[in-house]
Amino acid sequence: MSPAFLNFVEIVLNGLMTGVMYSLVALGFVLIFKASGIFNFAQGVMALFAALTLVGLQTGQVPFSHLINAIFGTEIHHWGGGMHTVFAILITMAVMIILAFLIEKIVLKHLVNQEPIILFMATIGLAYFLEGAGDLMWGADVKVLNVGLPSGGSFWWEDVTREWASTGSEYWGMYIDKLDVTATVIALILVTVLTAFSQYTATGRALRAVADDHQAAMSVGISLRTIWVIVWSIAGFVALVAGIMWGSKSGIQFSLSLIALKALPVLILGGFTSIPGAIIGGLIIGVGEKLAEAYVGPLVGGAIENWFAYMLALAFLLFRPQGLFGDKIIERI
Amino acid sequence: MLYREAGDFKTNYAADQQTFPIKSERWLFWAFMAFAFFVVPFFIDDYWNKAVLMPLLIYAMAALGLNILTGYCGQVSLGTGGFMAVGAYAAYKLMTSFPGMDMFSVVILSGAVTAGVGILFGLPSLRIKGFYLAVATLAAQFFLVWMFNKFAWFYNYSASGQITAPERSIFGIAVTGPSTAPWATYLFALSILFVFAWVARNLTRGRLGRSWMAIRDMDIAAEIIGVSPLKAKLSAFAISSFYVGMAGAMFFANYLGSIEVTEAFGIEKSFLVLFMVIIGGLGSILGSFLGAAFLVLLPVLLKNIMVGYLGWPTDLAAHFQIMMVGALIVIFLIAEPHGMAQLWRLAKEKLRLWPFPY
Repeated sequence: MSPAFLNFVEIVLNGLMTGVMYSLVALGFVLIFKASGIFNFAQGVMALFAALTLVGLQTGQVPFSHLINAIFGTEIHHWGGGMHTVFAILITMAVMIILAFLIEKIVLKHLVNQEPIILFMATIGLAYFLEGAGDLMWGADVKVLNVGLPSGGSFWWEDVTREWASTGSEYWGMYIDKLDVTATVIALILVTVLTAFSQYTATGRALRAVADDHQAAMSVGISLRTIWVIVWSIAGFVALVAGIMWGSKSGIQFSLSLIALKALPVLILGGFTSIPGAIIGGLIIGVGEKLAEAYVGPLVGGAIENWFAYMLALAFLLFRPQGLFGDKIIERI
Repeated sequence: MLYREAGDFKTNYAADQQTFPIKSERWLFWAFMAFAFFVVPFFIDDYWNKAVLMPLLIYAMAALGLNILTGYCGQVSLGTGGFMAVGAYAAYKLMTSFPGMDMFSVVILSGAVTAGVGILFGLPSLRIKGFYLAVATLAAQFFLVWMFNKFAWFYNYSASGQITAPERSIFGIAVTGPSTAPWATYLFALSILFVFAWVARNLTRGRLGRSWMAIRDMDIAAEIIGVSPLKAKLSAFAISSFYVGMAGAMFFANYLGSIEVTEAFGIEKSFLVLFMVIIGGLGSILGSFLGAAFLVLLPVLLKNIMVGYLGWPTDLAAHFQIMMVGALIVIFLIAEPHGMAQLWRLAKEKLRLWPFPY
């Protein structure tokens, strides 16, 4: 095989795995949108918040230490000794569930029956609040997250692929990050679990019923508010997983919350209401982005990754305004 | 007592339809304008100009533009930062290519250039709606900022990639560049805003404004009664971008003087202006001003309290401020989804009957 072709394969593989990471974030959006019709802009910040909390617990930081120091003039920062990763993850999950509960109690309850745009704005406000709260609680410095996932390039794969290249050509093997592979596996497990949950459990059926028709669901005795808390908790869980993956990959900092913006083109490609859409949209965006960066980027000066996904999604939208897998838009007077 | 329509008779249709139908309100408005035009310039200093008044005027202009698009025509846009960047860079190219041009023309022409770009990015709105459109406008945001960063022609091949405003004047008084007086830039921005707020007010209650509102309320129904969605949507995009572009031009030339595009016109700017419109009130001219005032003054106030009074470190104050802004947006949406303009309207209703409401 020629090196050019192997390069192409490498780009596609890396694109697919980046796409899976995008899908992870997009999944959270789809879950909430399906169940409550809310476009939750705070999903990215929820991932950031979850990751910050996880690291804070792991390293044993005192929450709000800066604030306490500023008010009382004390010098506290750590309470000595961290926490085992598994405990930290469990407690973070508990925090996300409490957060979901509070969001429903304080914000969403009062906004029932408002226009979608108002709900969307409320989640942007929520995003700002969580961003400020996360920084206030755990500090704004860049943190390293290590939950013991394998990372770094895979030498074994490099050796294998070097054999594939035709002899005499200068090819040094493909670079595949072990973390990306792990993320892909975890994402696959997550999707399987979520699908099984929504297909085979009573709660899952209730979720699907609410997604189908709010009023009909309520009329058969499903509590909308409980469902909302459950959905936001699940979205919080997905955010935690996404936060762990992205945080291990590139450190925990503010830019983590911007992955939400990357998930948007994925969503409009796949359609807001389809879980398989989120996955396939993510894969298309991931591959398209990497290919464009590699083959079109050099022609126009590079760094087109930032907007290419949007343009790709826009081009798709012009032909299918509801996304690839979205529900057909029917308009009536 | 102060706010009464009793005895304020209207004898023709024009008088009945004026913007401020009640005499005391009209007086109040003109008194406020006289204060802004003739009193403030004598007392303005550099701090007030740079920290409060210029951002207030410029964001009010941007909010006005976005309100036309989102509030009146119902097309959500997250590309405001990108369009402001177009205005800023158009102003820069005009100022450096035509040194003799006065600043007023520069700002207007920058707005016109932005209007053209706005139409281009408004084209998808004919096919896609709602959130899908909001995401599509993000394409404009990221693409435009990337473009101004990448192609050196836009920043005249300067080594730093920044653009810096040269000194330009109007009526022989410098309004851009390092040696401007605070009152000059202030009056310049205020005059432009005054004129174009008046234009916006009259546009939105005329035929064009009605067609926008018809599209906003229900586009299919509007189409059936003969409003052309093509004309209405694209004109909304054009005029909105015109305002936003002028705001961007002034933001760069009169306010900051020197900018770097990713820092000055990032996605945060789009959200900030959108917040102003939401908090101020969608579909209200007054709302644009109230929203801009609120979100410009709030950080200044919070910073003064937390850093100046409580003595907190600045980074802590910044985090707290972000949190407060987020919380306030949520509180506003819960308490009054129609924004501050609606609060003002309700206050006026109460005031008319006060102190005998029954």
